[in-house]
Amino acid sequence: MSGKRIIKSIYPALILVVLYVVITTLRSVKVLNGYYIQVLMFASINIIMTSSLNLVNGFTGQFCIGHAGFMSLGAYGASVITSMVFKNAPAGATIPVYLLGLFIGGCVAAFFGLLIGIPSLKLKGDYLAIVTLAFGEIVRALLRLMKPIGGARGMIGIPMISNLGWIFLFLGIVLYALRNLIYSPFGRAFIAIRDNEIAADAMGINTTFYKITSFVIAAFIAGLAGGLYAHVVGFIQPDSFSFTKSSDFLVYLYAGGSGSLTGSIVGATLLTILPEILRFLSEWRLVIYAIILVVVMIYRSEGLVGGKELPFLRITRKDLYGGTLPQASSAGGKEET
Amino acid sequence: MKHRKLALIGSVILAAAMVTGAFAGEAETLKIGLVCPISGNSAIAGKYITHGVDTAQAELGGKVTAKDGTEYNLEFIYMDNEAQEDKTVNVFQKLIEEEEVIAIVGPDMSKCALAAGPIAQNAGCPVVATFATNTAVTEVGDYIFRACFIDPFQGKMAANYIWGKGYKTTGIMYNNADAYPTGLVDAFKEVYEGLGGEIVAIEEYSGSDIKDYNVQLTKIASAEPEALFLPNLLGELGLQIQQARSAGLTCPIVCGDSADTPEVGEVAGEAVKGVGYVSAFSAESTADAAVAFVEKYTELNPDELPNSNAELAYEATMMVANAIENADEVTREGVRNALASIQDLELPSGKMTMAEDRNPIKGGVVMEYDEEGVSHFVEAVAAD
Repeated sequence: MSGKRIIKSIYPALILVVLYVVITTLRSVKVLNGYYIQVLMFASINIIMTSSLNLVNGFTGQFCIGHAGFMSLGAYGASVITSMVFKNAPAGATIPVYLLGLFIGGCVAAFFGLLIGIPSLKLKGDYLAIVTLAFGEIVRALLRLMKPIGGARGMIGIPMISNLGWIFLFLGIVLYALRNLIYSPFGRAFIAIRDNEIAADAMGINTTFYKITSFVIAAFIAGLAGGLYAHVVGFIQPDSFSFTKSSDFLVYLYAGGSGSLTGSIVGATLLTILPEILRFLSEWRLVIYAIILVVVMIYRSEGLVGGKELPFLRITRKDLYGGTLPQASSAGGKEET
Repeated sequence: MKHRKLALIGSVILAAAMVTGAFAGEAETLKIGLVCPISGNSAIAGKYITHGVDTAQAELGGKVTAKDGTEYNLEFIYMDNEAQEDKTVNVFQKLIEEEEVIAIVGPDMSKCALAAGPIAQNAGCPVVATFATNTAVTEVGDYIFRACFIDPFQGKMAANYIWGKGYKTTGIMYNNADAYPTGLVDAFKEVYEGLGGEIVAIEEYSGSDIKDYNVQLTKIASAEPEALFLPNLLGELGLQIQQARSAGLTCPIVCGDSADTPEVGEVAGEAVKGVGYVSAFSAESTADAAVAFVEKYTELNPDELPNSNAELAYEATMMVANAIENADEVTREGVRNALASIQDLELPSGKMTMAEDRNPIKGGVVMEYDEEGVSHFVEAVAAD
């Protein structure tokens, strides 16, 4: 690995560190107040959710419309760990417990992702969409019935540990991991499935395996985002993760541009911040918001960014193969029969 | 060219701000935040809440006088939370950090109050939630108050009323996806069964987006209860009442306080006749404060009568104004202390005293709809 490549691979993290330093400095000199930080935290969590959805919808070409279901599983999983299992943990253990909670939340979501992925990813297109929609609703209905974790009223008293630093850290990790995954030979298989599933199959790619993998990874990331969210708000209830929430992420994804991580960043950030900026319009706010969305989709139907990537989220052939042409290593190479 | 235009507009705004600033310079302005759903599913509630606060504002004349004789101008900042928790959190941050309000009136929903409560608590900004009836709301911390009674009291009122009318069996249909109906049902069951009543059928559904309740209602009808309890949300009740009648349920129907909106009658049509509900307030009340409030409200909004949403928003605002007047010092902390020690404040729903758990001690009323869809006062219920 050349020095240049190392710099490139930690590039996004550096940008986030710089951003974080700028924001905290502005915060300490009172240019930015808690409100901006709050909106930024929600925007970052939405970016994580949208990128996760992007992996399934944008890069693997499947159609998941129940993504908030995974988010809720992560939120509940993480909250159970931090506010119930380790409720009386000593003060010094708060952060390890929090990290453990986030990890377990992600695992719970990934487990359910696997559980519904195995039977349903044999389905294609619209049918899969309906299964994921139903999944989101089932999760919501089940969570309501569970009295020990609050039932319909929801869980209260979750420690509000997530701050901008943690969220930026995880945002960096997620973007970094997704970029490297998508442009690895493994990830190329996802894109092959998106572009032409039959052709990918014919090339020897085990499409079901790759589809489930992409689904499980996306579920894990969504669970992580859910855990972060729960520890920002401090209160979660099943209805916070309704179909409306899932559709929000779909809107962020397609408005930003699917199949592009930059698109997820742009879409989620803009559309989280826009309704807040428009607050001065009072009751006309959501009308104007919707009109802006319609105009964007008419004039840029491929999304705001539309398939382009920022330099640090892009890996070229040169990065992968150091300028030389690959020696017949195709994405599905390992699965030749 | 564009830049010059912008600069011009900017300087005009700046000049205007300076001029108005100079005129308003005599008295200091206190900002009070109002958080309610101006858009979204619950926008009807938001309409009444803003009208209620408008009424309070008109009555106060936009001014309060503090203990030390200083006069303050009041400025109300209306914020839309779309009845969503994360939006409420944003709005609370904006009000507390950016607008630097002295107190917040609202939100009206328990779930929003539960999500945003910790933010106000940590920032030390007093909140008076208007219609957040779930018990957990004020348990968030000592800066969180409410203007309404709590779910158990409401469930108890309904149970006592049904039992008192001589109905020994009741059927219940409720939305299990919301804390409000579940809270009411729990309290209702406990009190009603304690009195000796029997719940013969209990049916659930999930979520406000459901429009067809025939399956549940037909099941309840086959159990032939003497009364039907529907402790559900405002947007759901109209259709439920209508469908209950066409499913053959002719028994009396009793609802929670969310039924206190003319829109329920408009949706249900003739079926609404005889439907009873428990409520915080009746516009037919003859108490002086109530008459004055209704008069002022109808003067500002000629086409509508205040419901409990409007009335509670009004009461919450008056509580905050009263607290500012009686505060030892006009700070968030001072207002909090004054809120906690409110005693015998004359409000449209009667005299109110703030209990130690930051829930007001106040009674309620039972109301009933006539065939026109107008509700009338039936009986008053004293506080616990």
